[in-house]
Amino acid sequence: MQPHEFPQIEQQLVPVFERYGREANKLLQILREVQEIFHFIPAAAITCIAAHLDVPRTRVEGVAGFYSFLSLKSAGEYRILFSDNITDQMQGNPELMRYFCHKLWLEPGKVSEDNLLSVDSTSCTGMCDQGPAALVNGWPLTNLDHARLDLIAELIRDRKPVCDWPPMLFEVKDNIRRAGTLLGESCIPGAALRATLERGSAATLAEMEASGLRGRGGAGFSVARKWSMCRASAGEQHYIVCNADEGEPGTFKDRVLLHSYADLVCEGMTVGARIIGASKGFLYLRGEYRYLLHQLEQVLAQRRAAGLLGRNILGESGFDFDIEIHLGAGAYICGEESALIESLEGKRGRPRNRPPFPVTHGYLDQPTVVDNVETLACAARIAAQGGAWFAAMGTAQSSGSKILSIAGDCARPGIYEYPFGIALQEILDDCGAEDPYAVQVSGPSGILVSAQEFNRRICFEDLPTAGALTVFRRGRDLLQVVQNSAHFFAHESCGFCTPCRVGTQLQKKIVDKIANDHGTVSDLEELKQLGHVMQTMSHCGLGHTAANPVLDLLQKFPDAYQHKLKKLAFEPAFDLDGALETARNITGRDDAWAHLP
Amino acid sequence: MGAPAMSNSMTIDGKHVPFSDGQTIMDAALAAGVYIPRLCHNPQFEPHGSCKLCVVSVNGRNMTACTMPAAADMVVTSNTPELNRDRKALVQMLFVEGNHICPACEASGNCQLQAAAYYLEMQSPHYTHFYQPRAVDASHPDIFLDLNRCILCELCVRASREVDGKDVFGISGRGIGTHLVVNAASGRLGDTNFAATDQAAQVCPTGAILIKRQGYKIPIGQRTFDHHNISEVQMKPLEPEHE
Ligand SMILES: Cc1cc2nc3c(=O)[nH]c(=O)nc-3n(C[C@H](O)[C@H](O)[C@H](O)COP(=O)(O)O)c2cc1C
Ligand code: SF4
Ligand code: SF4
Ligand code: FES
Ligand code: FES
Repeated sequence: MQPHEFPQIEQQLVPVFERYGREANKLLQILREVQEIFHFIPAAAITCIAAHLDVPRTRVEGVAGFYSFLSLKSAGEYRILFSDNITDQMQGNPELMRYFCHKLWLEPGKVSEDNLLSVDSTSCTGMCDQGPAALVNGWPLTNLDHARLDLIAELIRDRKPVCDWPPMLFEVKDNIRRAGTLLGESCIPGAALRATLERGSAATLAEMEASGLRGRGGAGFSVARKWSMCRASAGEQHYIVCNADEGEPGTFKDRVLLHSYADLVCEGMTVGARIIGASKGFLYLRGEYRYLLHQLEQVLAQRRAAGLLGRNILGESGFDFDIEIHLGAGAYICGEESALIESLEGKRGRPRNRPPFPVTHGYLDQPTVVDNVETLACAARIAAQGGAWFAAMGTAQSSGSKILSIAGDCARPGIYEYPFGIALQEILDDCGAEDPYAVQVSGPSGILVSAQEFNRRICFEDLPTAGALTVFRRGRDLLQVVQNSAHFFAHESCGFCTPCRVGTQLQKKIVDKIANDHGTVSDLEELKQLGHVMQTMSHCGLGHTAANPVLDLLQKFPDAYQHKLKKLAFEPAFDLDGALETARNITGRDDAWAHLP
Repeated sequence: MGAPAMSNSMTIDGKHVPFSDGQTIMDAALAAGVYIPRLCHNPQFEPHGSCKLCVVSVNGRNMTACTMPAAADMVVTSNTPELNRDRKALVQMLFVEGNHICPACEASGNCQLQAAAYYLEMQSPHYTHFYQPRAVDASHPDIFLDLNRCILCELCVRASREVDGKDVFGISGRGIGTHLVVNAASGRLGDTNFAATDQAAQVCPTGAILIKRQGYKIPIGQRTFDHHNISEVQMKPLEPEHE
């Protein structure tokens, strides 16, 4: 694109720069707005942003090229991204996408000739309990079927702005099926804060310690320890960040917490801010959840009006704290806390070298706490009701309850809260799992559990989970499940370190080869070796876990792949028939004569 | 260098290695004459930690030597068959990711990727080649940029930023699409203020950045790694291999 195609670009963008104070830290937020204005990021915009923010052009291009929801090429006025989670696949999304493309004469990944629309797939959008799902210009579409796609095609042909589409297309339900103490009991805004101020910060920290609360985002680190380390770190400013990136496929519990329990989450952040001495907090909201932005802003405004945010909170002089929402733009890696901080600083989401850790050198190199949405909700409850009450629930190493997002082959997908220690079998019974055969616990980065293990319990001592639980019934193609995971990791690797950048691609290619009936026994050995290199040599948790689904499959589910293997010990990866695919596409043929025997 | 108190020490492959506060495992190893393989690290620049060749085992846990601060009581192993096998796999990954036709490459014999492959006894690239189409940029009057040979070590990025103060290079894309970009709307090196005398023009460990009209000045067979093992060359205080 030539600059002269956008003669007004400077006038159009200057108000955006002004709104963000021309701060380089706001680069990602600015690029999001540019994407909304032009439906892509023109080269002229990159040059213009670089000049106005006074950063090298390479920095702007680097950020614009990193996030999936920013595109450097025109993506059309309407960009439809079909969610590609395994649950969406099982609900028929690939067929729906083909149907839609066929109907509108489109090719996935390519913009229509009139520059009107483009269709592609995207990583899990967090609507697994009401899929098949997609995003249109960033807004979630749920419960897709042919009729809805026909309607959408009509709306696009009529060039109706997305904000005028029928609301039923965008309906998102909470689907809370089982509420425990966190979801079931009502919360009075301000109660936890009042208790914190009465008790004092040190005593509230002691309650956190007594509660045994561990992080809900996956790693299970002690909240009291994290908060006290940050509190003890010297810095000009302290920050608290709510990690609402929720990118692990199959996880959607933070979506529900932010939709219906936002006050509790903000309250937890404010309690944390009081304890660590932060006056500024960020809520890092994944781009897929931007539909929640307006509502969350309203909650913040109400809290400010009620004296629960802002200056002198609850009349306590010097207790100043406010929360700013930062939108992501499609990058699973930005859930990793140090990548998240980079992204908050308007950079590529690249995990930092550690040490130093965020508790001493986080946002802008200042002491920073990053906690999961659910962790903060728990912290608010503990501040209000005390640590002993919380510690009485759950198991020795895993106190309290856990919110699970359950989807896949079950009659009642949705949100379930259980005390830690619950057996998998009981959960499967509750959600109406039909003849369950395998369960992916905690998404692709977690564990693929076989039926022999259904007596295992959800807790840090046994089966830890960040919240996802995807059920597969007997007869499901588990190789397809693992193939989906392998594609996910290859797509989401940040590309920084060699083992993950290249390893996830090699893994994807080999799994594809096996799925396409070209695999041999030597490919299995190759997958194990690759898994070892990624697990032991990678830079961050993404690379460390990227081989989990493959390795679990190899170890626990030989029936899922053995019949696919060729008898030969080796088969070249080059597939002669596959090479003819382009020719078949061009000629529109797929008959027997268009294939090699 | 002043004389910082060497009060601390650790062991690497059984050898006693002293270190001072602020040094990484790599710094301490270099000072003590212990070789740890590396590609993205050059002691002249801020550590980066991306190639992962320098991963060592510290008290049983793998850590990146070029970024991990040294600490007392660390028991480090580096030159083990297991680690060298995994390092070889990383070098093989870099070979198949890019398009490295060594016999046709002007850097052959001076290339650290090639030298690392020799050092780790790599016989073949092992993995299936990606054959990704990548650009060659000859727009600059004095310098070639051949992205087929770029291993994303970001040494040129760091040198241009830290030493030349120019920010000629940057990184864009994600995952396997990660690629080097230059500071020009046209995307052409010729439209940047890059100069052959820049530090960034001297640091590329492979043949991705080549100064024009120097080709084959030093004949094949007489180049750095034709006579020296990478483990000797990289242990010299400053690296003269591109001279
Ligand atoms: C690749 C990757 C993705 C992650 N995604 C998330 C996420 O979406 N949400 C989250 O809370 N934690 C995520 N984490 C974990 C965070 O790094 C961090 O441990 C967590 O936010 C800390 O909060 P907690 O202690 O409250 O769990 C992710 C980690 C990795 C390695
Ligand atoms: S492991 Fe993967 S995601 Fe993590 S830094 Fe390396 S390339 Fe990036
Ligand atoms: S061009 Fe050379 S120095 Fe720059 S990143 Fe690529 S390999 Fe490294
Ligand atoms: S030399 Fe340490 S990661 Fe490259
Ligand atoms: S010799 Fe192979 S890239 Fe330089």
